[in-house]
Amino acid sequence: MAMLEVTQLGISFGGLRAVDSLTMHIEKGALAGLIGPNGAGKTTVFNMLTGVYRPTDGGIRLDGENLIGKAPHDICKLGVARTFQNIRLFSKLSVLDNVKTALHNEIGYTLAESLLHLGSYRKKEREMDARALDILKVFGLDGKSRFIAANLPYGQQRKLEIARALATNPKLLLLDEPAAGMNPQETGELMETIQLVREKYGVTVLLIEHDMKLVAGICEYLYVLNFGRELAQGTPAEVLNDPEVVTAYLGE
Amino acid sequence: MAFLNNLISGISLGSVYAIIALGYTMVYGIAKMLNFAHGDVIMVGAYVSFCTTSYLDLPPLLSIVLAVLVCTALGVVIERLAYKPLREAASLAVLITAIGVSYFLQNAALLLWTANPKSFTSVVGNGSISLFDGGLIVSHITLATVAACIVIMVALTLFTSKTKMGTAMRAVSEDKGAAQLMGINVNTTISVTFAIGSALAAVAGVLLCSAYPLLVPTTGSMPGIKAFTAAVFGGIGSIPGALVGGLMLGIIEIMSRAYISMQLSDAIVFAVLIVVLLVKPDGLLGKRRNEKV
Repeated sequence: MAMLEVTQLGISFGGLRAVDSLTMHIEKGALAGLIGPNGAGKTTVFNMLTGVYRPTDGGIRLDGENLIGKAPHDICKLGVARTFQNIRLFSKLSVLDNVKTALHNEIGYTLAESLLHLGSYRKKEREMDARALDILKVFGLDGKSRFIAANLPYGQQRKLEIARALATNPKLLLLDEPAAGMNPQETGELMETIQLVREKYGVTVLLIEHDMKLVAGICEYLYVLNFGRELAQGTPAEVLNDPEVVTAYLGE
Repeated sequence: MAFLNNLISGISLGSVYAIIALGYTMVYGIAKMLNFAHGDVIMVGAYVSFCTTSYLDLPPLLSIVLAVLVCTALGVVIERLAYKPLREAASLAVLITAIGVSYFLQNAALLLWTANPKSFTSVVGNGSISLFDGGLIVSHITLATVAACIVIMVALTLFTSKTKMGTAMRAVSEDKGAAQLMGINVNTTISVTFAIGSALAAVAGVLLCSAYPLLVPTTGSMPGIKAFTAAVFGGIGSIPGALVGGLMLGIIEIMSRAYISMQLSDAIVFAVLIVVLLVKPDGLLGKRRNEKV
């Protein structure tokens, strides 16, 4: 069985059918892409996978465990992490604290421990700092750990968002348009980072992207959505040459 | 010397406002709601302390601990029963609910303790220190109030900046949605905020009634409104803002009582608030939010 099993997934907002009978099987360790024209329902799929929206019908299973009806923070604990199309960092917090918020479930100490300032509190805080810095190092952000997140350049904010998502120790990493607004050089760097992260942390990646160079460059398998329905699926070479896909993107 | 005495009274009253204002400001910062029942939690704290010392003859310190425990539980229960079901509702619905909770608490107190004023005994006694041959008199309760305010401010600042829960609170205050997707349980975070705010309200209630010993079911409402004003004054959502706002409000109130008019002091306090908000709409220490066009 695949790691992520999405079966006949659908959601309606009033009369609008935003996603309809979507089925996806994503194997452990895969790097898959979800593409489609604007308004196809891609981000809605991410919102259902992370528990922000409750699907109207269909099923989502991660390693056999049902995710439907679970709260976002519980789904996060089960191993799904994400980034956002429009960056949603905690912009007033430091770079380090942004990553530490995501370590919340990993390294636990109780409220009592912190209030009484026990030795275990200090030890765990140090452990959290070290873990956070390790992750930041992978993204070349360790030198900026004390910066306020809002003051980072755009490309680094995107990286920090991925770093924060990784800190939750996910099995499945969902990247929502990671290359949006990046120049070709930054996109190139990002592609390398995604590959590196996948190897180093062994995460399965599902990404939404409009940059076809990135999609064709790193994705092994693609799902194409159009008007909430699956239009095609397959390897990038198959999908991107599919006449229907080309029509959906470029028109008749 | 009279001026200095007044200034000290102002700082003492301001410290109480600051402690209450913290409750407003933290709840607003995290749950984005105005908890107008906060003032009445102060009153409950004061009654608990009064009952345990007067009827059960418990030592003052133990009565404070009990007041803190009762109010903490009360705050968490209020949040669970009244505000949590409205998490996704319009902010106006929550605001009206908070006013409802406020009246509920006042009337429950009226039933339990009647409208007869209770005379609160100061938890630190009625002693005072006199300096400069009696020119400057500082009561013990003033010292205790200012000390409590300083300790609470330092502890809370450390808590929010250095602990996991504090970091989670700051994250939730910025972006609830992103925070829960990073595995933070938003409901727990909000409960903890209410617990801390209400515990502080209990301390404020005991300090307030030790300085102004008349205890009735509406004791908390005026200080509650003034502390809310202080929170807005300093910049709502900001912890140092609550301190600055509380102190300024206390000093302005006492000074206008002493030098301008006893009756007009409240009017002057609110007039100053209006002027400050005209000049700095986000309060003294509030951050200006620039809307991107």
